[in-house]
Amino acid sequence: MALTAPLVVEFPFTRSLGPVQSAFLTGLRERTVLGVRTADGRVLVPPAEYDPGTAEELRDLVEVGSTGTVTTWSWEPDPRPKRPLRTPFAWVLVRLDGADTALLHALDAPGPEAVHTGMRVRIRWAAERTGAITDIACFEPYGGEERRAHVTPHSGQFADPVTVLTTPARLDYTYTPGRAQSRHLDALARHRITGERCPACRKVYVPPRGVCPTCGVATAEEVDVGPRGTVTTFCVVNIKARHLDIDVPYVYAHIALDGADLALHGRIAGIPCEQVRMGLRVEPVWTGDGRHPDHYRPTGEPDAAYDTYKGLL
Amino acid sequence: MSAVHAVHATHAVHKEPVAVVGIGQTKHAAARRDVSIAGLVREAARRALDDAELDWTDIEAVVLGKAPDFFEGVMMPELHLADALGAAGKPVLRVHTAGSVGGSTALVAANLVAARIHGTVLALAFEKQSESNAMWGLSLPVPFQPPLLAGAGGFFAPHVRAYIRRTGAPPGVGALVAYKDRRNALKNPYAHLHEHGITLEKVRSSPMLWDPVRYSETCPSSDGACAVVLTGRAGAARSPHPPAWLHGGAMRSEPTLFAGKDFVSPRAGRDCAADVYRQAGITDPRGEIDVAELYVPFSWYEPMWLENLGFAAEGEGWKLTESGATALDGDLPVNPSGGVLSTNPIGASGLIRFAEAALQVRGRAGEHQVDGVRRALGHAYGGGAQFFAMWLVGDRPPGG
Ligand SMILES: [Zn+2]
Repeated sequence: MALTAPLVVEFPFTRSLGPVQSAFLTGLRERTVLGVRTADGRVLVPPAEYDPGTAEELRDLVEVGSTGTVTTWSWEPDPRPKRPLRTPFAWVLVRLDGADTALLHALDAPGPEAVHTGMRVRIRWAAERTGAITDIACFEPYGGEERRAHVTPHSGQFADPVTVLTTPARLDYTYTPGRAQSRHLDALARHRITGERCPACRKVYVPPRGVCPTCGVATAEEVDVGPRGTVTTFCVVNIKARHLDIDVPYVYAHIALDGADLALHGRIAGIPCEQVRMGLRVEPVWTGDGRHPDHYRPTGEPDAAYDTYKGLL
Repeated sequence: MSAVHAVHATHAVHKEPVAVVGIGQTKHAAARRDVSIAGLVREAARRALDDAELDWTDIEAVVLGKAPDFFEGVMMPELHLADALGAAGKPVLRVHTAGSVGGSTALVAANLVAARIHGTVLALAFEKQSESNAMWGLSLPVPFQPPLLAGAGGFFAPHVRAYIRRTGAPPGVGALVAYKDRRNALKNPYAHLHEHGITLEKVRSSPMLWDPVRYSETCPSSDGACAVVLTGRAGAARSPHPPAWLHGGAMRSEPTLFAGKDFVSPRAGRDCAADVYRQAGITDPRGEIDVAELYVPFSWYEPMWLENLGFAAEGEGWKLTESGATALDGDLPVNPSGGVLSTNPIGASGLIRFAEAALQVRGRAGEHQVDGVRRALGHAYGGGAQFFAMWLVGDRPPGG
């Protein structure tokens, strides 16, 4: 049975908006749709900071209409979580009255037969608005004709402007360690530490990755290493990392297990930090039902001579 | 002569000489909340164009570099930054080699000019670290693996200890580097950290974060961008200011971990430097190179790189630092700009090294200009000391 586990990557990224996006999103909060006028007179909605054609800086903001025309669309029959609408809807590109480019959003419609390119739509504003694209809840069908002249200059100035947006992102993976790592993990669960020997250079890799990075050939020969080893180098960590539940200070060490050709990383405990030294002989300590050693502790053997591990630094 | 050699010889003759004619940087800061990412890159690019007295239409291709996309959470940012960089209708290339990416970006752009694929190319690199948390981006919890026990500083601190053990360097050398670089930064208006009250004693008494690395010996987290305009002989002839000429450039990689890896002096770094020196005809780096901008995110990496790059014999790098040779008034100033220790928008940090080297040979570094610089080295490294990029620039065309 192959090991698998969920791997979730999630972070609340922030976005500094800059002058144009700040005005656009703050405008939405105030039920005002702003575009930007290019040197050749076109009006871009949503507004761009720089002209996509000429690269000129764009700052000439204008207010456009809240009604517009669908330029193309696609039906979403089975909305996933976090879509703008929970019921089936159309993704639409809407050219708002007065604009020369189209804005992507959702159209609330009873079915695909009710949607067509060229149809007239209007903004349905969200009841609670914060200065985000979701301040437009969606578009809805609208009977009125296009009003071409609906463009007025706008300063882009609002009280209490939105300048930074938080945009949480989340990726869900299913992680499966490969053959070599799975075999290593199985052995660890039985408190054995194993590596794999490269058939070409004969070096023993711990943990094994199934391949020798210098020879580029697959490794398969399993080799027991350690459990004792030598601290080759280390640092004393005095600041707490937010993802770790370990009291500081602690020693983060490179440990060359006996029989391994490169050091792995581990924590040293059972000895005051200031007494940890290069060459210290250590052994793994498993606690609870942890698969990996919780830490390494001194064995009490004499220190290893520098010459025996200097090639592993 | 074999056919292969004949082809190489012909190729060498016909390579277009590459000149740096425009350089621009943002004001680097912990958080540039006043600009979007587009606004940030634009600030650097516009300054580079202004320096070269060129406009967007003069640029034929844009090469953009930054560190992992996780650092801002924008996938393929080169797509949405095309407008800000005037890239409509032009090729846009994205480069990614972790912390060395700024250097790699400049070299990819330089190769486009050298191969005569494009006449004038804009190379730009950025990072807006305030939009996320790089430490988080580097420490994603992988199932079944023990947690990483430290961030970037903790990752590199054991290698610093190994260097000290190997060379017998006295423990105070790192503080000398940090004090020097932070003082140099006071002369650089673009630098992030301007610690006006800095003293050697303050560095020495700053908190020990990852023993043997103290707080004041670590790089800050910055928002910033850097841009350079590269062109050939014709473009250089039109340049309003003296160009910097590319005499040698190379990149090398090696795995993060392998049996026999030398973390203190990685082979990829030594090989990369040797390639650059061969191209530039340098046989005595210490004697022939006037200034070096080295990627030193933790103070001790200055003496470590001095050895790795051949400025000092193995075990002797710390003596060069201790003697004052690498100070602004020494005979081999290292990081007159203040370096990564004073400014670290990760993706841009390598390009800033390359750009600062070019500023020095152009005589346009301002208050931190070193007198009479004819050759300068720009250096970058990244990942777990696995990617290296370097260039050597001179005040005269190669071979001239
Ligand atoms: Zn091998």
